[in-house]
Amino acid sequence: MEDILKTKGRIFDIQRYSIHDGDGIRTIVFLKGCVLRCRWCCNPESQEYDIQTMLVEGKPKVIGRDVTVEEVMQTVEKDRDYYRRSGGGLTLSGGESLCQPKFAKALLMAAKAKGITTAMESMGCAPYEVIDSILPYLDTYLMDIKHIDPIKHKEFTGKSNELMLENARKIAASGQTRLVIRVPVIPGFNDTPEEIKGIAQFADKLPGVKKIHLLPYHRLGQDKYDGLGREYLMKDVLPPEPEHMNMLKKVVEQVSRLTCQIGG
Amino acid sequence: MKKYNSSRVLATGRIKRLVEHLYAKTPEIESARAVLLTDSYKQTEHEPLIIRRAKAFAHVLKNIPITIRPDELVVGSSTVAPRGSQTFPEFSFEWLEAEFDTLHTREADPFYISEQVKQELKEAYKYWKGKTTSELATSYMAPETLTAMAHNIFTVGNYFYNGVGHITVKYEKVLAIGYEGIIAEAKAELNKCGLGDADYATKSHFLEAVIISCQAAILYANRYAELAEKMATECRDAARKGELLQIAANCRKVPAKGATSFYEACQSFWFVQQLIQIESNGHSISPGRFDQYMYPYYKADLDAGKITREEAQELIDCIWVKFNDLSKCRDAESAKGFAGYGVFQNLIVGGQNAQGQDVTNDLSFMCIEASFHVFLPQPSLSIRVWNGSPYDLLIRAAELTRTGIGLPAYYNDEVIIPALMSRGVVLEDARNYNIIGCVEPQVSGKTNGWHDAAFYNMCRPLELVFSRGVDCGEQIGPRTPDVESMKTFEEFVDAYKTQMDYFIRLMVNADNAIDQAHAERMPLPFLASMVDDCIKRGKTCEQGGSVYNFTGPQGFGIANVADSLFAIKKLVFEEKKVSMAEYKKALMFNYGQEVSPLIVAQIAGQVARQMTEKGLKPTSDAVSKVTQNIIREAVTTEDKKKFEQLLSMIEEVDKFGNDEEEVDLLAREAAYTYTKPLLQYRNPRGGMFHAGLYPVSANVPLGAQTGATPDGRLAGVPVADGVSPSAGKDINGPTAAANSVSKLDHGIASNGTLYNQKFHPSALSGEKGLDNFVNMIRSYFDRKGSHVQFNVVSRDTLLDAQKHPENYKHLVVRVAGYSALFTTLSKSLQDDIIRRTEQGF
Repeated sequence: MEDILKTKGRIFDIQRYSIHDGDGIRTIVFLKGCVLRCRWCCNPESQEYDIQTMLVEGKPKVIGRDVTVEEVMQTVEKDRDYYRRSGGGLTLSGGESLCQPKFAKALLMAAKAKGITTAMESMGCAPYEVIDSILPYLDTYLMDIKHIDPIKHKEFTGKSNELMLENARKIAASGQTRLVIRVPVIPGFNDTPEEIKGIAQFADKLPGVKKIHLLPYHRLGQDKYDGLGREYLMKDVLPPEPEHMNMLKKVVEQVSRLTCQIGG
Repeated sequence: MKKYNSSRVLATGRIKRLVEHLYAKTPEIESARAVLLTDSYKQTEHEPLIIRRAKAFAHVLKNIPITIRPDELVVGSSTVAPRGSQTFPEFSFEWLEAEFDTLHTREADPFYISEQVKQELKEAYKYWKGKTTSELATSYMAPETLTAMAHNIFTVGNYFYNGVGHITVKYEKVLAIGYEGIIAEAKAELNKCGLGDADYATKSHFLEAVIISCQAAILYANRYAELAEKMATECRDAARKGELLQIAANCRKVPAKGATSFYEACQSFWFVQQLIQIESNGHSISPGRFDQYMYPYYKADLDAGKITREEAQELIDCIWVKFNDLSKCRDAESAKGFAGYGVFQNLIVGGQNAQGQDVTNDLSFMCIEASFHVFLPQPSLSIRVWNGSPYDLLIRAAELTRTGIGLPAYYNDEVIIPALMSRGVVLEDARNYNIIGCVEPQVSGKTNGWHDAAFYNMCRPLELVFSRGVDCGEQIGPRTPDVESMKTFEEFVDAYKTQMDYFIRLMVNADNAIDQAHAERMPLPFLASMVDDCIKRGKTCEQGGSVYNFTGPQGFGIANVADSLFAIKKLVFEEKKVSMAEYKKALMFNYGQEVSPLIVAQIAGQVARQMTEKGLKPTSDAVSKVTQNIIREAVTTEDKKKFEQLLSMIEEVDKFGNDEEEVDLLAREAAYTYTKPLLQYRNPRGGMFHAGLYPVSANVPLGAQTGATPDGRLAGVPVADGVSPSAGKDINGPTAAANSVSKLDHGIASNGTLYNQKFHPSALSGEKGLDNFVNMIRSYFDRKGSHVQFNVVSRDTLLDAQKHPENYKHLVVRVAGYSALFTTLSKSLQDDIIRRTEQGF
């Protein structure tokens, strides 16, 4: 346990009272570094592993700090009462948590050892051995599936999707965690009924998967691109209309037996 | 099977019409009560005071104009015009006379007043010179107390200018036996009085006064019966005619006799509620556990098939509208502190009975429903929460919170019951508590709690530590050691405690002077007829007739004091980054920011003092010249730079509200500097003082009288409200802030604490949002928080913020886990957020 608590990693934020990423009231730890470069990413400061400086409301702010599991857990444990009442706990997010596999695993182990439930938001973009080693400590896997078509996936995120889809099948087959599929609905990328249908049908075939979340695109990370001196490529894209989201939800319900919810 | 029916009911068209009628015009001042009261006083000059009070009350009720408003089902209006205000010259009148011409145009709570009413009131007021409670109270106060009040350390304006109110009577008694029953009780007690008894004179006259007052109430209801009958004969609409005849029948029966139906109970309840507020203008006449004492009447009618749930809901909604018909004209300053015309009629649902069982019932839900339907600020709806509270009730309450109406407030039985017991309340009574006014717990029908007895600004004594008790050149507090000579943080804290103790003592002096004045000049026999144990003891509440007696003055500014002490501890004593001399100068010159009138007054005061010490005559010309020179020259460019550095250093120090142990524990100690010393004091009614930690909205006007504080707060800026963190300083989300707040000792503040949390509606969206929200409240209460209420940012607020960004500089929105200052976002992003607010995702 001592070793686990001393394990170091790099995070860029801890957010308490998070209620959109897993059950109940949760604390999200955002790990820095990502394998993808999604054009719509609302946390562009999460992508680089390196510590960066970003302008926030005109002032420079250092993004990223190195911490031990023990330090993170001190904050996570502060809301234990809220987890107990609401069925909440710790959620890892990023970035892609699997980019720091040792640290991610140690965080999850520490939480489980203290009786706190665990969840992880991840694309599953890592060798399956890495994922397999952390599954025993993970109650809920919130897995992003952005597109079924490898070419379009690569065009918009920088990487093809074969590994991720394969991992999704393996994770589901392992039966070790509750797998929930999440789809960021991005206009011009994956927001047609056919595309959503494809994802839903894929998800429906995964053993044990019961839920799918459609997360409507939002532009709230736009200012951060300016703060990082980067160009936001989706300036002219508007968030999907609620009617459109409801239509896509119906599509999911028609082609699968999954429970579909809009938003996390 | 569930013990209650929680199904929802739609509002009727009548309710919408009642609300529209009520808010069609600016409220008016009316003269009838003041004129009638004065007439009666003139005719009873040589009678015992208590009899004079009763006769004046009776004279008012016999002659005051009455009205039945269109569509009303429950009647009884204190003014002819909706939401009007009568005046109460026996408590004070000078301020009102002085403000006659500005009432209509003032910013907070304007009132229309006609020239004729002005004349009538001026005439009546002539009688009252030298006879009011406020004049008697002033004469009882020590000179140093008056000085402290003149320097805005605390204010006792509430009861100084008005009746006390702040009480919950035994509504259930009037509902059960009517005023005829109470008259019979008083007569029986009167028969027991022996001519040789030591208290014969006071007790027998008191009982006579009770009888006169109760008879007056019956007569008043009968006047409504006659009016309704008359209106019915003239009414061409058959449906309304039937309603008016029913109103007439109700008013013939109640409140004279016990109610035998839910409708009669509603009418009887309303007369009690309204008439208490004609006898005196004390606000916070709180209906308390309405869902409990009304339930037997509802249940009986429902079981007998005499009423439907929908009909009962409409009657409750009608009462909810009537709560907003009662208004009160306060002086301009107080109006700012109590903004919104409200008279703080706190009505609470849910919770335990005397035996500790949960007693949530149909009416608990229907009361919440009424607030949905009427959607007005009154009554101040509250909900009791304990480990046995039904989930359904909390979810329904959370749905109401989500609308942004700011209701209900949530109270924790698990803190309040033991807190009251620690003040001598027996267990069964403590379990039956309700809330008065804003947040003050007490036992209904048995308590004269004198809640809201003062506003004590905890930041002002902190200022006085730096000036060694000198304010605007005058030595008003203890001459504590020079801060520049202090070697340890403990010395600083000791000096603060010395200042606090001194002014707390003076505040007690002021409260007790006013208490005495009310006992002597303003006994209220009608009120006493409905509070235990007044009839048995032969005394009014003001004279100590109630079972439980307290005085509860409230302190505020804890977060500012905590953050200030912590900044001084860190920057001056531990890290030694700044000297006391530098800090002192920064505070004196408002950190080099705007030279506000507060600063000028302080410096001018010191200049005058120094001139006097040197034997010079401090003429206003000379003082003004020197003051201007100081302001121009004392702060160099280098100083300004230092001040800015200091501000950014302060910014870096931990603040209360972020779940950081060291500063939070200091906040706990800071609160103790107010809550602990109070406990040693007693009031003239034989009760104890105990603290409240809540500001109503006085943190804004009183903040305007407070200079810069060491937490980086600039002069004139509002101080923190209640036990909440300073605005914008809690940056780790709602759980961290709630954890900090729960680290204060809420139990010792047995007169109530107030915690305001701000939420974006997306946090409450869907069933999941409500569930998490309720669990958050539960967890805060597990940690022994006493009260919490929520300010949910509504769509309208966001739209207004788009139009007037200057008013919303600190508005934080949190959507999908992303927090931002709303006004810094681009228009299109703002629109996104507004859309999300509507959709709830």
